[in-house]
Amino acid sequence: MTEGSGEPQGGAPVNQVPEVTAPPVLRVQRATLPSRIGLALGLAAVLLLALGPLWALDSVLRTLISVFTLLALAQMWNLLAGYAGLVSIGQQAYVGLGAYGLLLFADTLGLPVLVSVLVAGIVGTLVAVPTALLAFRLRGGYFAIGTWVIAEVYRLVITNVSQLGGGSGLTLRAASSFDRTTRLYLTYELALAVGVGAVAVTYLLLRRRLGLALTAIRDGEQSARSLGVPVFRTKFVVYLVAAFGCSLAGAVIYLNLLRVQPEAAFSINWTAFMIFIVIIGGVGTIEGPIIGTIVFFVLQETLSGYGAWYLVLLGAVAVVVTLLARRGLWGLIADRTGWSLFPVQRRLEER
Amino acid sequence: MTWVNVVVQGLLLGGLYALFATGLSLMFGVMRLVNLAHGDLSIVAAFVALAIVDRFHVNPLWTLLVVVPLMLGLGYLLQRGLLNFALRGADPLPPVLVTFGLAIILQNLLLEVFSADSQGLDAGRLENASIRVSDRLAVGWFPLLTLVTAVGVLVGLQLMLSRTRLGRSFRATSDDPEAASLVGLDPRHVFAMATAIALATVAVAGLFLGVRTTFTPSIGPTRLIFAFEAVIIGGLGSIWGTLAGGLVLGVAQTLGAQLSPGWGVLAGHLVFLAVLAFRPTGLLGREVPA
Repeated sequence: MTEGSGEPQGGAPVNQVPEVTAPPVLRVQRATLPSRIGLALGLAAVLLLALGPLWALDSVLRTLISVFTLLALAQMWNLLAGYAGLVSIGQQAYVGLGAYGLLLFADTLGLPVLVSVLVAGIVGTLVAVPTALLAFRLRGGYFAIGTWVIAEVYRLVITNVSQLGGGSGLTLRAASSFDRTTRLYLTYELALAVGVGAVAVTYLLLRRRLGLALTAIRDGEQSARSLGVPVFRTKFVVYLVAAFGCSLAGAVIYLNLLRVQPEAAFSINWTAFMIFIVIIGGVGTIEGPIIGTIVFFVLQETLSGYGAWYLVLLGAVAVVVTLLARRGLWGLIADRTGWSLFPVQRRLEER
Repeated sequence: MTWVNVVVQGLLLGGLYALFATGLSLMFGVMRLVNLAHGDLSIVAAFVALAIVDRFHVNPLWTLLVVVPLMLGLGYLLQRGLLNFALRGADPLPPVLVTFGLAIILQNLLLEVFSADSQGLDAGRLENASIRVSDRLAVGWFPLLTLVTAVGVLVGLQLMLSRTRLGRSFRATSDDPEAASLVGLDPRHVFAMATAIALATVAVAGLFLGVRTTFTPSIGPTRLIFAFEAVIIGGLGSIWGTLAGGLVLGVAQTLGAQLSPGWGVLAGHLVFLAVLAFRPTGLLGREVPA
């Protein structure tokens, strides 16, 4: 190969820009027809749900509060495990911290209830900082148990604080400043906001650079790092977002339940439900947790009479889906139809 | 003398934790699998022993002759039939999710079959007999037997790993499954043998737990957490670390409980977090963090 000649002759030229034929005119395509239809239908559904107090029975509203808060929890777990590879089984820490944050700020310090919910979310996020610094020293399965141990630490510390009711817990008094109906409607709208907010935040985060960074990390952590992706910072941000979401959801859940007790608020069952919902719906998809939440509630309503057998079944379904249909129900739908309601990927299309 | 007693009781308790940690450590060492159903499997063993004791009215220690081979076989089948499929590919999600699902299944099956009642295994006189060292220091025969058994199991495991053909196949497959299969080892079989042996130690741990204290179908996760803490405190990849980790955890718990009854388990957790913060490789671990 002659030095400096314009023609590349076999192999790649080392020190020169190769001549490039005019590329086909491409553009980055994100939204698709199904996604636009989905977005429109979704917004209409959210509007309809926001008007729920006008058309739904109180009992329906109460069920929907659980649905929306579980959706928020599940979507946060999906962001952690499905996108950042952080398989935590300690997210109940934030449900409990949200609940106790609400109790502390609304009852003990007398802040307004709405402000207390928000502050509880912030407190959960602050606690997540040292938690992440410790737990991130572990990987994979040991990270999972590590997060669980740290959740247990928070539970045991709170159990030992008699001002917070110790092991038997406390009842939230601040909520009694509202009459029953106002409290129900307020909690309902908050739950809807947290549920929709969790989906929207996940979607918007994944559309940004963070989404690209997460994809790069998922495909190969070492190679992502070598390309300059800030691996630690990306995972750290995701962990904090998930802590914030779960703490907010925890505060809203206990604004509904009123009775805060450490065993229940820090129960591993919260995380077990998140996992089942995400796995059955489809891990690593935004649509998955939405479908999973609906399926989970239908199963719960129909099978809860079977007691422990119901949980045996849920466990078995999670195992089977993990091994045989890794991307859950939404994966099956998307493979068949090519739909994507929340397009976070970038497609190249010829103009 | 009270404090000496507290430390001695802690060391004896630590023997039980080391016994629990052995299987977890072995499975992670050979196949990098963290079995979240580890604790629940030990409770399964305890309930099987209970069923045998109820039927035949024998001392629970005799049931080891049945329960250990049973768990050995169960371990082999579990690995071949289920866990090996979760280990395909580099995705960290399936192993965690499959073993977590298995834990939920086992807990609730036990709940349906044996109810939520507290149960215990009655080992008769052995359970309460103790050696009086002085007025304030007595060493229970059974806790001592537990500690000696833990040391025996760990020594046996160490010899097996360093001296036997099976141990060599474990180490080879752990280092590089593909290279190991090139020289004629079947990783699926090797992994299954490791899980079988791990569950045999889990059976011993579950049985000793059942004699030492009462148990219910829901206490498996706590056993998993203690086993995990012992492994991390001691250091990954070190057999003697696992023993040291168990002993440190036991002493931390009894010291904490001595300060205030509510602080026992918490003190153990705090020691674990301190190790994680200041010495992530563990007390005796290799210089590779978890």
